[in-house]
Amino acid sequence: MKTFPGRNQGEDVHVLDHLQYRIENGKFISIIGPSGCGKTTLLRIIAGLEKASTGKVLLDGHEMVQGSEEVGMIFQEYALFPWRTTLQNIEMGLEIRGVEKEKRRSTAMEYIRSFDLNGFEKRYPRELSGGMKQRVAIARTLIMNPRVVLMDEPFGSLDSQTRNAMQEFLLGVWLKRGDTIIFVTHNVDEAVFLSDEIVILSKRPAKIIQRKEVTLTRPRDRTSEECNKIWREILKLLEEEMKSEGKDDYRRSILQST
Amino acid sequence: MKKESYLLPLVLIFLWQGLSSLQWIPSYKLSSPVEIVLGLKDLLIIGMPPGNLLHHHVLYSLYRVGLGYGVAAMLAIPLGLLMGWSPRIRKMVNPLIEVIRPIPPLAWIPIAIVWFGIGIKSAAFIIFLGAFFPILLNTIAGVLSINPILVEAARTLHAKEKQIFQKVLFPGSIPSIFVGMRIGIGIGWMTLVAAEFTGVKEGYGVGYMIMTARDIQRPDQILAGMLVIGLIGLLINLGLRTFESRVIRWRG
Repeated sequence: MKTFPGRNQGEDVHVLDHLQYRIENGKFISIIGPSGCGKTTLLRIIAGLEKASTGKVLLDGHEMVQGSEEVGMIFQEYALFPWRTTLQNIEMGLEIRGVEKEKRRSTAMEYIRSFDLNGFEKRYPRELSGGMKQRVAIARTLIMNPRVVLMDEPFGSLDSQTRNAMQEFLLGVWLKRGDTIIFVTHNVDEAVFLSDEIVILSKRPAKIIQRKEVTLTRPRDRTSEECNKIWREILKLLEEEMKSEGKDDYRRSILQST
Repeated sequence: MKKESYLLPLVLIFLWQGLSSLQWIPSYKLSSPVEIVLGLKDLLIIGMPPGNLLHHHVLYSLYRVGLGYGVAAMLAIPLGLLMGWSPRIRKMVNPLIEVIRPIPPLAWIPIAIVWFGIGIKSAAFIIFLGAFFPILLNTIAGVLSINPILVEAARTLHAKEKQIFQKVLFPGSIPSIFVGMRIGIGIGWMTLVAAEFTGVKEGYGVGYMIMTARDIQRPDQILAGMLVIGLIGLLINLGLRTFESRVIRWRG
């Protein structure tokens, strides 16, 4: 559960409500829900950037420690260090970990090659396109080999063509590596194209409305009838959620006092 | 530089020389450009007072500035990083700074002499005061300008507090630190010469040299000394800018 102090004293905003969810290793999970429902907060809690008001995050049955090496996060705004080149950005985590220069350079170069960033290793972020920046950010996270990769609307600020290309790129990388990915998006089409499972959240305070498994074989065709069917179902759920009065829940959520 | 930038100064110098040669400008008040150049030559060869050559004065002044400025930067940058990082430290230290900062560095000269005596220490202390605050305030502003998401990104890469300072806060505030360093060296240099005028002197220093020239009525050497001060200030600024544009290439 997560509550934030509200604007007035003694009023807390209740953001996440008794979310309980188990994720299998190696799965690609998308989280989708109305904007402002707390998707990002959930990711930030898992990443250890925020503490849950109550409740905890377990990995293999152990409570996760903040700053542990188990989780990596990718942000919508790329969050590249503007004073570091592509290579230096990708190396950052290994540098923090204390890996010696030769070793981290050669590891980073492998990522540069396989992420199609050849020739850009000495460029600064401002010289890269949006899609490239996000590839650098993904490489920077994956080089740490985290157990769980969190992605917070990673393709949200890309144009639709780049976005599609990046989705296919990410799938390719994931199929090869088999990371566990938790992918937050508000784009239903993207969730259907990518995920093994889609978790649909309600408005604030966010609860799980439904878990939708997507068993279609990959590569998927975005325009196929099967994809469209799932897409329509999820869209309908979300629309109902937006329409639902839910006044009691809502009032309770914003007026709940400590 | 373009032609236009040379034109006006050249015209003025020629006009000045012309008026001086016609004796419309009295030479004991304002020496002519030619006299100033000759005065500069005397400063270089004979020295003022005789024996104390110009480049010795310059080196002594630079040494004082370097010392005060170096200490100022070494203290102001880490303190600025801390104050930018922690609102609590900022709140604690700010009132103190707001009280001390408005006191002009030169107003410290009497007490500096009481504390450190006449000599390099009190001169360096005055320069320290002049340079410290601009560097501090700009470092704080630099840290505050860093997008917090970069700190979070470093955290998700498992950076510890110390590494966040070294690898995020410091490099991220460098552009702003440079602004502070340039303002700081400007103020430091101005302060030094004034300090050398007013008593923080020990036989050498550009300010001291100018005051000696005044004592024996040599306006040509006073003006030559002023010219030297201006040129050195210009060179320092140019040097810092070159260094700066190399270090922060990433800004484009």
